[in-house]
Amino acid sequence: MSSDNRPFITDDSKVLTDTRDARMAGQGDRFNSKLREAFGSSPFILTKFDKFMNWVRGSSMFMLQFGIACCSIEMMHTYSVKHDLDRFHAGVPRASPRQADVIIVPGTIVSKFAPRMKRVYDQMPEPKFVVGMGSCTISGGPFQEGYNVVKGAEEVIPVDIHVPGCPPRPEALVYGVAKLQERIANGESSPVTVKPYELEQFSDLDRDEVVQKLADQIDEDDLVMRYNWSDSP
Amino acid sequence: MSLERPDEREEETAVEERSADEIGELLGDNVIGREEHINAPAYVIRPDAVQETLSTLKSEAGYDHLSCVTAQEYEDRYESIYHLKKYDDPTQEVSVVVPTDRENPVSESAEPVFRTADWHEREAYDLVGIEYDDHPDLRRILLPDTWQGHPLSRDYDQNRPQVVTLREHANPLQEDYKAGGQDSDTMLLNIGPHHPATHGVLHVETVLDGEQVANIDPDIGYLHRCEEQMCQNGTYRHQIMPYPDRWDYTANMPNEWAYARAAEALADIDVPEYAQVLRTMGSELSRMTGHFLALSTFALDVYGDFSAIFMYGMRDREKAQNILEDLTGQRMMYNYFRLGGVVWDLPEPREEFFEKTRDFLEDLPQALEEYHDLISANEILQMRTVDTGVLPPEVAKEYGATGPVARGSGVDYDLRRDDPYGYYDELDWDVVTEDGCDNYSRLLVRMREVEESAKIVGQCIDLLEEWPEDDRTIQSNVPRTLKPDDDTEVYRAVENAKGELGVYIRADGTDKPARFKIRSPCFSNLQTLPEMSTGEYVPDMIASLGSLDVVLGEVDR
Repeated sequence: MSSDNRPFITDDSKVLTDTRDARMAGQGDRFNSKLREAFGSSPFILTKFDKFMNWVRGSSMFMLQFGIACCSIEMMHTYSVKHDLDRFHAGVPRASPRQADVIIVPGTIVSKFAPRMKRVYDQMPEPKFVVGMGSCTISGGPFQEGYNVVKGAEEVIPVDIHVPGCPPRPEALVYGVAKLQERIANGESSPVTVKPYELEQFSDLDRDEVVQKLADQIDEDDLVMRYNWSDSP
Repeated sequence: MSLERPDEREEETAVEERSADEIGELLGDNVIGREEHINAPAYVIRPDAVQETLSTLKSEAGYDHLSCVTAQEYEDRYESIYHLKKYDDPTQEVSVVVPTDRENPVSESAEPVFRTADWHEREAYDLVGIEYDDHPDLRRILLPDTWQGHPLSRDYDQNRPQVVTLREHANPLQEDYKAGGQDSDTMLLNIGPHHPATHGVLHVETVLDGEQVANIDPDIGYLHRCEEQMCQNGTYRHQIMPYPDRWDYTANMPNEWAYARAAEALADIDVPEYAQVLRTMGSELSRMTGHFLALSTFALDVYGDFSAIFMYGMRDREKAQNILEDLTGQRMMYNYFRLGGVVWDLPEPREEFFEKTRDFLEDLPQALEEYHDLISANEILQMRTVDTGVLPPEVAKEYGATGPVARGSGVDYDLRRDDPYGYYDELDWDVVTEDGCDNYSRLLVRMREVEESAKIVGQCIDLLEEWPEDDRTIQSNVPRTLKPDDDTEVYRAVENAKGELGVYIRADGTDKPARFKIRSPCFSNLQTLPEMSTGEYVPDMIASLGSLDVVLGEVDR
């Protein structure tokens, strides 16, 4: 091809061949996106199906619209103008957990809310991923010594990515989400964590003093979460 | 102060003021002692005479605003303090102290006199353990129902295990889930705690009759992160100031002022005038960020629109945040105030900062014009909000509503003007009120308040630019360790973006407060939701909730 060849502008018959040639020869950035690199010149790709699925999952994440505390304000900033998480294939907040892949936990979790959060997490379809946003989801943050504060989201649900900060800047959250996408695309799964606080039926709890005291207030079939504050970090 | 309303000022100064002794005489035999709080005289009364005392004060002395109820435990007694004010002149304050004995902490409820006492007393019962006779519904409010012990009482063991239930809400359409027996046609609907329209983790239990709200019960406490305990564990000088930022996390800086104002009154600290101007400017910028967010989320609730208006609001909020970041170094949790001043001066080069702020203020009228086009001039929004969620001014006062919620009901009450602090009384601005009493008025109040805030910021910028170089003291001399005198008590409030944010501190001679109580405006404002929504349609309830603009971090603390 000569260098003064100007595709798209000259006569129509050459355009198709020129475009194809340019793709095959790898000329110009326009035709050499990551996608093109993966596809090569042919319209067919050969890959493992689960590798492909991982790539798809990482590239199209539906976030759960889930606000708890101060961090949710920064999370809203991340979704909206200037930072725009949508640019990173992760911007559509879904109000229902049944439509979401990723839950960002933005804030302090307290005793009354932990069972609810567990329930929301359980309602999300597999595979699901968790981004813990802010110090409170790591350790309870500035409120760690509170009588009512769960010492980190990991006590209740497994967390894939922790984003530190109080609150983290939107850039930090974007970085956290990008890291999560990278991990998903590489097929890395989150480490299995032992969760001290699980929902269980009230009748399954150990019959100690507290449980005896509450026995006539709580139905046996009710789901409960038992907090052993002295065991938490 | 504005020159537009000279008559009102005269009226206000004409509010009858009684001396402390006159009030003592008025209350007669019910008074068993006198105390002196820094902000107000305090009368110790018999625990079975609460209603009589408060109704005398309300009807005869004109104290019509029950600002806060503080409960605390001493070694030998429990105490509830009722902080009373006047809506017409909040500088006239009086505290009513009700001691009860340790063995049987029961006192009379103030709920029949002031409706707002309902939630305040439930909180006192929940956290401290005082019981109130004659209270309509005394159960836990912030902690789960099954909680053992009262965490702010003296003998509470924080390490004891707790069991919290997750009540399974069966399908609301099932027969047995009808509220009010088999024959009724009502249905129970849980809104929240995880719901896009509740602005955080609020749980609203509604009983519906068709599409109308028959009964409504806001259930709070899903973000109760022990702010009062945290403040009681921190030292006055440095360890408390970061927490106020996290109370109302949409407009953070005015909260810092609430703590600073109370602690400065307690320890008798002066603030240099230059620092006051910086504080005023920062607080008003912060108030704007709060109102932008309120505006955009309100549109989100009413239109269900996650794109246009929300993005406009966030765009302007982002601009204000940028200026504040230049000033304080943080995007949200500024931690800018210090007792006796602020932490640092304007960023260098100053001209650049002034220019950036002026640019923002210049663009603002156009941005507000856009908002009016998009939101308030929109017929759909007007249909949704005009004459819905009506809150008459008498009811608003009864519930202790303040801030834009009260001003949207025509209650002319703004602590920045009525109980001046900082540099506000030297500047030219107006208090915004609307008489519509509905969701639309509350929205308009916020939009117009942004303009007033911009006026204040503009004047502060001018002042700061001209300020003499040799007088730029940002902090007065404050001892490294503050130890206010034993047994001094103070209750001081400021106007934050949501209303009257008060802080009560009792010092015990150490470097940490013995009792730190936060009076949150959202807590009182949220109480009015049943008044506004009962009998209305569900979507109007959601609009009312949006127009109240509650921040759960501040409601639950």
